[in-house]
This record gives sequence, C-alpha cells and structure tokens, in this order.
Amino acid sequence: MNTAAATETTRPMRRLDPAAIGGIMSREVANFRTFWKSTTFSSVLEPVVYLLAFGLGLGATVVDDVDGMEYVQFVGTGMVATAVIFSSALPAMFGTFVKHRFQRTYDAILAAPVDVEELVTAEMLWIALRSGFYGSFPLIVTMAFGLDPSWGMLLVPFFAFVTALGFAGFGIAVAATVAKIDQFSYVTTLFVTPLFLVAGTFFPIDQLPQGLQVAAQFNPLHQLVELVRHACFGFEATDLLRIGALMVFALVLWRVAVARLEKRLID
Amino acid sequence: MPAIELRRVVKRFGEITAVDHLDLDVPKGICLGLLGPNGAGKSTTMRLLTGQAIADEGDLRVLGHELPGESKEARAKMGVVPQLDNLDVDVTVEDNLAVFARLYRVRDVRAAVDRSLALARLTDRRKDAVDKLSGGMRRRLLLARGLVHSPKLLLLDEPTVGLDPQIRTELWTLIDGLRGEGATILMSTHYIEEAQRLADEVAVMAHGKVIARGRPSELILEHAGRETAEVYGPPARLAEVRAKAAAQGLAVRPAGPAVAIVGSEKATDGAVPEDAVRRAASLEDVFVLLTGEEAE
Repeated sequence: MNTAAATETTRPMRRLDPAAIGGIMSREVANFRTFWKSTTFSSVLEPVVYLLAFGLGLGATVVDDVDGMEYVQFVGTGMVATAVIFSSALPAMFGTFVKHRFQRTYDAILAAPVDVEELVTAEMLWIALRSGFYGSFPLIVTMAFGLDPSWGMLLVPFFAFVTALGFAGFGIAVAATVAKIDQFSYVTTLFVTPLFLVAGTFFPIDQLPQGLQVAAQFNPLHQLVELVRHACFGFEATDLLRIGALMVFALVLWRVAVARLEKRLID
Repeated sequence: MPAIELRRVVKRFGEITAVDHLDLDVPKGICLGLLGPNGAGKSTTMRLLTGQAIADEGDLRVLGHELPGESKEARAKMGVVPQLDNLDVDVTVEDNLAVFARLYRVRDVRAAVDRSLALARLTDRRKDAVDKLSGGMRRRLLLARGLVHSPKLLLLDEPTVGLDPQIRTELWTLIDGLRGEGATILMSTHYIEEAQRLADEVAVMAHGKVIARGRPSELILEHAGRETAEVYGPPARLAEVRAKAAAQGLAVRPAGPAVAIVGSEKATDGAVPEDAVRRAASLEDVFVLLTGEEAE
C-alpha cells in the first residue's frame, strides 16, 4: 500500500484483455506443472491399450479393413476424437465446478480486474491447447502400429484444438448449470457417450440406420474424425465445410458458456 | 472524495433484502470496520464493491469509478482478502503471487512478488507449495496476494474468521502495520475485539443498513454510556435484577452467565446490586444493544 501503486497498474482496461486472459492461463500452467506427468502417461498409454484391444484384437479376429484402411489405422485415427472429448468436455465440467464451488478460485480471480468473458475465454483456450496437444497422441501411437506419416497430419493438432474449444465451452456451460456434481452423470450418459460412440471411431457411420447417419453429421466429433482421417489419407473439398462447422460450434458454445457462467458467478 | 461512496444501495435475493438502502462513505486513509452479525449484509456489500454482485438500486462509486460500469478499473486499484482461503494449494507460494500480479497488470511481476513476500514474512518459503504452509502462513499469503499490486484500497472480508488466537494476533499486527502507513481499509468483521483494535471508525450493520457509525469511543459513549455493571447469580436473581434495571429505563443484556446493566452510572435506588462487577462500557455493549445479537 505505497505510492508505487499508481505507476504499476496504469494499463487501460479493455474487453477480452490479453493480459487478463494470459494471467488466468498462467495460473493453469502453474497448476499443470504439478500434474503433467500423470496426464502425459495416460495420454500415451490409453491409445496403446485401445489399439491393442480394438485394433489388434478385433482387427485380427473380426474386421479386416474398413474403407480400404487397416482396422488398427481406422481406430487409431478415430481415437483422436475420443481423446479430444475426454480431455476437453470432462476437465471443463469438473474443473469449472471444483474451481467455483469447492476451491472458490473464481471468487479470487473475479476480485481482480477480470470479467467472466475473459475467465471463460482463458479456460477454454487452455483446455483446447492441452487437448490439441494430447489429442494428437493417438495418431503418434498409431504410427507405431504402422500408420504412414503425411504432411496433412501437421494440421491435426489444429483440428483437435478447434473441436476442443467447443467441448470446453460445453463443459463450462454444463458446470455452470448443474446444481450438484453428481448430475454430471446425466450429461456423460446422455450426451458425451453417444457423441463418442456415434463419431465413426470404432465403426463407419454408413453402417448405421439412415436417421443416425444424418444425426452423426451434426456430431462435431464425427466431423473431427473425418478431418483427421482425411489429414492422414488425403483431404476432400468438403473438409473446409467441416472445419467451418467446428469453428461455429466453438463460437456458439463460447457465448453459451459465458452467459451461463456469468449467471452463476455474478449475483 | 471518499475512497468508497454508496448511496441508497439495495441488493435483493428473491424475497430477502440483503442490503437495504445502504449509505456508506469510506474516507481515504482510514480503516473502517464494518461490524455486524451474520446475515447483516457485510459480505454482500463486499461483493457489490468487487463487482461480483450487481445492486438492484442505488449508486456505487469506488476510487472515483462508477460501479458496475467501471468495475474493472476500480478492481485494478483495490486489493481483496477473502473470508475463505482460495489459494492454489499445489502451487508454490511465489507462483500464487505471480499469477495475481499478472491479473492486476503489474509491470514488474518479480519485484511485486518479492515485496509481497517480504511484507508477509514468507520470503524463505517462496518455493514451497501452499499445502506445506501452516494456517497462519496461508493467511499471511492471502493478505500478501491482496497487496501484490500495491492497491489504493484494501477490502478485508472477515480476515480472521475461524482462526486461532495466535494466528489472529499475527494477522492483526500485519493489518495494523498497513493502517499505520495510511492505507485505506474496509474490513468486515463480526469480532468486536478486531474492530476495536484495528478500526479508526466502526459502522455497525444490521438488516442491510448501517445503524450506527463513529469512532469506537464515541459509539460507546453515545450508546452505552461510561460504565457497565455485570451481575452474577442464579436465574431468579438475574430476572429480579433485570426487572429493577429495566424499571429505571436502563438497558440490560445477557452476558454469558451474567446480566450486564449498560450505562449503570445512571442507576439509582439500588438497581445495581453492591456485588455487581463494574467495568468500563465496551463496543461489545454497543453491538449487543444495537443488534440484539450475542457478540463474538
């Protein structure tokens, strides 16, 4: 409480201030440094287990190939989507709820010159960055199972990032809406699991009834799966529409998350 | 211009009016204690000042900034020490401070962290995770976090609630030091001793309003007189003493196992028994008389 105060905080306040967003993300980085090893461990090992079970197990005994791809490569490329939803929607749901209700982190942050829009933006960006990085691990693991590298694969972290932005927004909005943490079970059962199963990860969508095939087109994870496979085996013109749709998904969920969390945090 | 100006501020939660046409000025350079029982509206007032609650009616101005429109500008210049510990427990002491230095747009983060660590006497624990600190250290760190950007105004929301007496005294010493440097502090508390020891002025809140305000000595003289007499005995005797004192228009309040006759210097006709323990009137007498609540 000395006279240095006036000289230290003279930057003008503005909407979506990068300093506020960066400050919140620096908090996430500081926390992440304490548990990055376990996250990395599970991000590498999980796809290995899935690929052994589904790819080599089913691939060797039941399914030979799908759409001209070896089954292990079909599953491996599809698993990027699985990794993305589980490293974005779930951490956003649980993380937001815990930071708000139990740790009261948001009370501390909002007492600083930060608003809810900046808070949500920073949380979504951080989750999406992590998810974009770790979501690409299944692709790297699949290479060990025979997938040939291609230049298009370099875009996969970006596709994963954009999709994860939307699911992070979804998770934050859910956390800001439920009354109790156990209500997340409804959300995972009714939304997350169906999205993950009807994404075309483990079996092609065209095997499904017509109605579900149409519904799958509205599933952001299916669009991600298609983008990742095309990044590995050759892009199509419609991929621009797919990435556009994922960006719209992220944008809409961002605004929904801001509105929901503002309602929850500001009396 | 006062550091804080609240005019006819109202905040409702459904049927409950938490803050009810509150008028409050906090001049620069003083420590104002907002004293009141639980549910008096102290914490809601604090949340209104930090933009975490929006008033339904009235005008709020903090350090010259209108709220809620210029809330971010106001928050950049104020520090907040919350009632509940919301530190990041797995993160180091210095990282906790550095994050908030960035949120407050401090230019030299390192210098700000060093200064705050020194103030909280935690320099030698800077690399430790917060969950390795004692309760007192964590409280000091919370205070340091609120001061990391050298704010012009400090809001302390029940700063020592739930702490043991030793930690409370430690924290009081730190706050007293800030007050001595001329800091502007608004401190909500329901501890009488805390208000009496730290506050230049006390505003007593009840039912969302300030019902009395002044220097502790002025409030005592105005509302409780010079002397209080405490009478001990079995319930029947206490009832008799209470009735006699009340008949003379004296204020009587429960005081643990005793009854306290407030303003006992005005008593006549044996309203104060000879075995009564006479003591100087206190802020606690004022608080209980005005709010009808037992003091802590």
